[in-house]
Amino acid sequence: MKSLAELDKLREKLRQEMNVREKDHDVTVTVSMGTCGIAAGAREIVKALLEEMKEQGLSRVALTQTSCAGLCQHEPLVEVNRGNEKITYINVDRDKAREIVKKHLVAGQVIKEWTTPERS
Amino acid sequence: MEMYRSHVLVCAGAGCISSACKSVQSALLEHIEENGLTGEVKVVETGCMGPCDLGPVVMVFPDGVFYRRLKPEDAAEIVSEHLLKGKVVTRLLHRPAGNDKQVAGFDQLDFFKKQTRIALRNTGVINPESVEEYIARDGYRALGKALSQMTPAEVVEAIKESGLRGRGGAGFPTGLKWEFTARAPGHPKYVVCNADEGDPGAFMDRSILEGDPHSVLEAMAICGYAIGANRGYIYVRAEYPLAVDRLEIAIGKAREYGLLGDNIFGTDFGFDIEIRVGAGAFVCGEETALLASIEGKRGEPRPKPPFPAQAGLWGKPTVINNVETLANIPPVILNGPRWFAGIGTEKSKGTKVFALAGKVNNTGLVEVPMGTTLREIIFDIGGGIPAGKKFKAVQTGGPSGGCIPEDYLDTPVDYESLTKLGTIMGSGGMIIVDEETCMVDLAKFFLEFVQEESCGKCAPCRIGTKRMLEILERITAGNGRNGDIELLEELSAGIKNSALCGLGQTAPNPVLSTLRYFRDEYEAHIRDKKCPAGACQALLTYYINAKSCQGCGLCSKVCPAEAIIGEKKKPHVIDTDKCIKCGTCKQKCKFDAIITV
Amino acid sequence: MSLINLTIDGVQVQAVPGTSVLEAAGQAGIKIPTLCYLKEINEIGSCRICLVEVEGARTLQASCVTPVTEGMVVRTNTPEVRQARKLNLELIMSNHPQECLICPRSTNCELQQLAAELGISELRFTGAMSPYEPDFSSPSLVRDPRKCILCRRCVSVCENVQQVSAIAPQERGFDTVVAPAFLEPLGNAACVNCGQCALVCPTAAIHEKDQTGEVWAALADPEKHVVVQTAPAVRVSIGEMFGAEPGRVATGQLVAALRKLGFDRVFDTDFTADLTIMEEGSELIKRLQEGGTLPLITSCSPGWIKFIEHFYPDLLPHLSTCKSPQQMFGALAKTYYAQKAGIDPSNIFVVSIMPCTAKKFEAGREEMNGSGHRDVDVALTTRELGKMLKEAGIDFNSLAEEEYDSPLGISTGAGVIFGSTGGVMEAALRTAYELVTGETLPDLEFHAVRGLEGVKETSVNLNGTTLNVAVAHGLANAREILERVSGGQEYHFIEIMCCPGGCIGGGGQPIPTDREIRARRAAGIYDADRAMPLRKSHENPAVQALYKEFLGEPLGHKSHELLHTHYLARQKY
Repeated sequence: MKSLAELDKLREKLRQEMNVREKDHDVTVTVSMGTCGIAAGAREIVKALLEEMKEQGLSRVALTQTSCAGLCQHEPLVEVNRGNEKITYINVDRDKAREIVKKHLVAGQVIKEWTTPERS
Repeated sequence: MEMYRSHVLVCAGAGCISSACKSVQSALLEHIEENGLTGEVKVVETGCMGPCDLGPVVMVFPDGVFYRRLKPEDAAEIVSEHLLKGKVVTRLLHRPAGNDKQVAGFDQLDFFKKQTRIALRNTGVINPESVEEYIARDGYRALGKALSQMTPAEVVEAIKESGLRGRGGAGFPTGLKWEFTARAPGHPKYVVCNADEGDPGAFMDRSILEGDPHSVLEAMAICGYAIGANRGYIYVRAEYPLAVDRLEIAIGKAREYGLLGDNIFGTDFGFDIEIRVGAGAFVCGEETALLASIEGKRGEPRPKPPFPAQAGLWGKPTVINNVETLANIPPVILNGPRWFAGIGTEKSKGTKVFALAGKVNNTGLVEVPMGTTLREIIFDIGGGIPAGKKFKAVQTGGPSGGCIPEDYLDTPVDYESLTKLGTIMGSGGMIIVDEETCMVDLAKFFLEFVQEESCGKCAPCRIGTKRMLEILERITAGNGRNGDIELLEELSAGIKNSALCGLGQTAPNPVLSTLRYFRDEYEAHIRDKKCPAGACQALLTYYINAKSCQGCGLCSKVCPAEAIIGEKKKPHVIDTDKCIKCGTCKQKCKFDAIITV
Repeated sequence: MSLINLTIDGVQVQAVPGTSVLEAAGQAGIKIPTLCYLKEINEIGSCRICLVEVEGARTLQASCVTPVTEGMVVRTNTPEVRQARKLNLELIMSNHPQECLICPRSTNCELQQLAAELGISELRFTGAMSPYEPDFSSPSLVRDPRKCILCRRCVSVCENVQQVSAIAPQERGFDTVVAPAFLEPLGNAACVNCGQCALVCPTAAIHEKDQTGEVWAALADPEKHVVVQTAPAVRVSIGEMFGAEPGRVATGQLVAALRKLGFDRVFDTDFTADLTIMEEGSELIKRLQEGGTLPLITSCSPGWIKFIEHFYPDLLPHLSTCKSPQQMFGALAKTYYAQKAGIDPSNIFVVSIMPCTAKKFEAGREEMNGSGHRDVDVALTTRELGKMLKEAGIDFNSLAEEEYDSPLGISTGAGVIFGSTGGVMEAALRTAYELVTGETLPDLEFHAVRGLEGVKETSVNLNGTTLNVAVAHGLANAREILERVSGGQEYHFIEIMCCPGGCIGGGGQPIPTDREIRARRAAGIYDADRAMPLRKSHENPAVQALYKEFLGEPLGHKSHELLHTHYLARQKY
């Protein structure tokens, strides 16, 4: 270890993984993993999200699961929570999942067309 | 490091190891593999999380769900339900005493919620064998900051300003110790970490060493820089093999990363650390005895002055700090002394780790700001007294401390307040006793301990504590004499005033404090030959309550002294002359008809 | 150096920095009672008797280990201080057998005296006592842990002054005991039997093995011809047993007293000291001339011998092969004297009066039977002789002086100075000079080798050859010299005495024996030397006659048989 800067660089890299253990995540990404979700391929979605998050070097993001959200026909479902904002993506596939990470999580753009249909 | 979506933290503190956490861990790993989660979920072995009586304990992140008392069979469900489907396994959650519902998040539990973790910031959170995890949580940044942005004098000044005091017993200001040593003539100088934790019931130092060894190494290096020392010793007792292992691993890793050794952070400063394993003599926690032991001599104290700051290890200026004290150093440097001084009370800054033991629901380690009341610690965090029993007293400070009765439960805990109550902070042991504990017996227990652990050098400690113990033995055996209390008081005062070291000078404290608050119990033993708590066997008399006795005859059958007589189906009677007070009849009676007075 | 100002009991006192409160008080005429303290040897503050109140200190302080500081205010005589001292003494007494009346140290016991001084009038504390039994395994010393008050003086002497470390505190707490490692019996330990421990023991926890009974029995046995020899150092110390000043030369009274006790002949070890010079001097000259192992080191002191056997066995070839004067005497008493007096040697009983406990061990060494019998039957210490005289009702100080018997009682001043450190060296130099140069010494006093300095060195010119000599006393100093020898420093002749001060400070001498008393006894030794008509060993007519009538010549065949010995390497532990 030659300098504090070198340590800090290393620390930033190592933090990515460790942030899973922090309770104050900026963003929580939740995949519905009820029987319906798993049947619709939610496992693959989780993997794809994780892979893309790794590639993007995202930290301060929690990737969690939840049980059936009641929208079985739209599974797989991915919910992105940032502060009070809650966006739910429906009928997510592997490619969509990667896009969600790139656009929504990294760039902060919600991909409107994949979100829950407006209900009246 | 690899990125996982979930971390399963398995507590591998000594408490959980003894409740078989390792088999839970391997069951978890097995099921994770079976479910194809290996690349997504990481199982991490951590140091002690604190709630030892609930072990084996596991925390699942990112949700922070806390599972307790796990068996290997529970692993399948945790994996298939929680890790795969995100469904918390309710039956494995903790339900705190007095709650009607299980609590999922660890941060929703009072035990964790009410704590402020500085010394224990990483313990139970990181893998102690991974320097990377330590670095990820700001590890060695304080050392880097000190070396590259501060002069040694500034480091000393920061520690002084923080108000940090020694966590091992007497509460001496750490910054002053460093300053004296830095200024003392003589070279080389040494940094010694006192890891000879010996108070019965206290294990915070072990927990830090096992759970976060790098925090101690980093602090020692910072101290070395501040005082001008290039070598440190960790004196750790042989009874802590896991701590020794993890320290060795940590020292190796730190050397690998160049965080120990020559030219740390590219500066001229070099520092290295050696482990010295002691045989666990209590007195070796006394600093001069500890130094003698490191030097290969019989571990016994010598008179001070000279203090170790002037003439310590091999006669050279030496700082001796205990583990918990050192664990506070990196955060002080990183967050600044004012941040630290903002926590705690006027004269006692920061937090203190307490080891809760005895008659309390949540036994284990807790870290709270100085000034937290005893009631908060024992009832809010500790969950109160089990089995609906009544709180009687809390013994703090181990064998050098004393007990505090109910009237003082709202006392904010700091060095001064405890001293005023006739006890000490010590290393932070808290033994809670309920109404069934005899205070004379408790005092006897501690005196037995110091008597056995006395080094035997000075007469008042060697002989005086023995004579005190003999008096307590006869009191609890029902042979107390008039004047015994006065004799105990005289011996206590004399030993306190004339013993050579802190161990001897404080040895009478358990007796003095029980005499102060529970003198009537002593008097009852001596005058009435009664033990009010019903704990001293020799002072009990066994009777059969004729109203409850069904005359089944079981008691008379099991009595080894043939002291119980009676006709079938009629109330039996105990011949108190023959009764040897073994208690077998009471244990066996199905009608609770046997009572003790 | 600027002095430190402090107040003791309201008196302004000045003291040199580093002075203890105890010493500073002493200098101001204020006596603080002590028990474990022994100046410069044991300053560890373990007994907690010398407690004083120091203003600002949390507890009472042990004055023996508390250095003076500027502005310090000390009170030595407050009720609290007196009470604490008394309590600690009572505690110590509660673990000490109450058998003063039958104790070997009765009336000369510091604990007894302190109990009287502090006015202890009641035994308030009773309870468990030290669980260890007395240890009789050593031929020289008896350990009685029951009487030990754990002051550690013996440990300090053994570890620091002698650097033998045969005894140390073992176990902990109330079970603490001073004993050899692993609680081995002393007889199995690497103890050199020097008895310095016994000399500093305040009680009877370690004392010489009492052999007076064997001597009383021999004296009472009509079959036995009992002869006695007196070591040089005894004549300047025995008077102390009867209240005389240390260093008073009481040779004539010693002889008279021994006759009164009933010894058949009263001889003098000084005679064989002179003989030692002849043998050892010849050995030195021979080694110098023939290129033998140098330096030659003296072999009179049995504690020293056992020390080198345990700790420096590789240096054994440096030792002179001469037996000690005690053993030379025994061998001659049962051969030469027996022949001359016409007595069957098996009926001769040889008693030595020695300042030494190690002499008991030496007398029992297997190889010490050159006469065909055990050469010396019993070696008594000065203290044991004192006891016998008291038991016999002999009023030592009022005795008229008497002369030693012939021929083994005839000696020179060179023999008597064996009793003090440097004496053997000086005696050897007196003789060697004259024998090698053939000239008379202009001044026969070699002051460079006298005195209590630990290691003394000088060089002497013998006919153009420079003889480098060194003298050490006390085994720590012996180690120092041996390290120098191992390090290649060139010496020709070295005198080593086991005990500090040499034999005048021996472990069998009257108690107390401290630095000042040692100096006074040494002065007595040199007084005795000056009072002798002959002061060079080779001028001793009885020694000359011995060679002529019996031995032939120094290092001759008979000498070899009777006067020389060999050594054995021993384990360190």
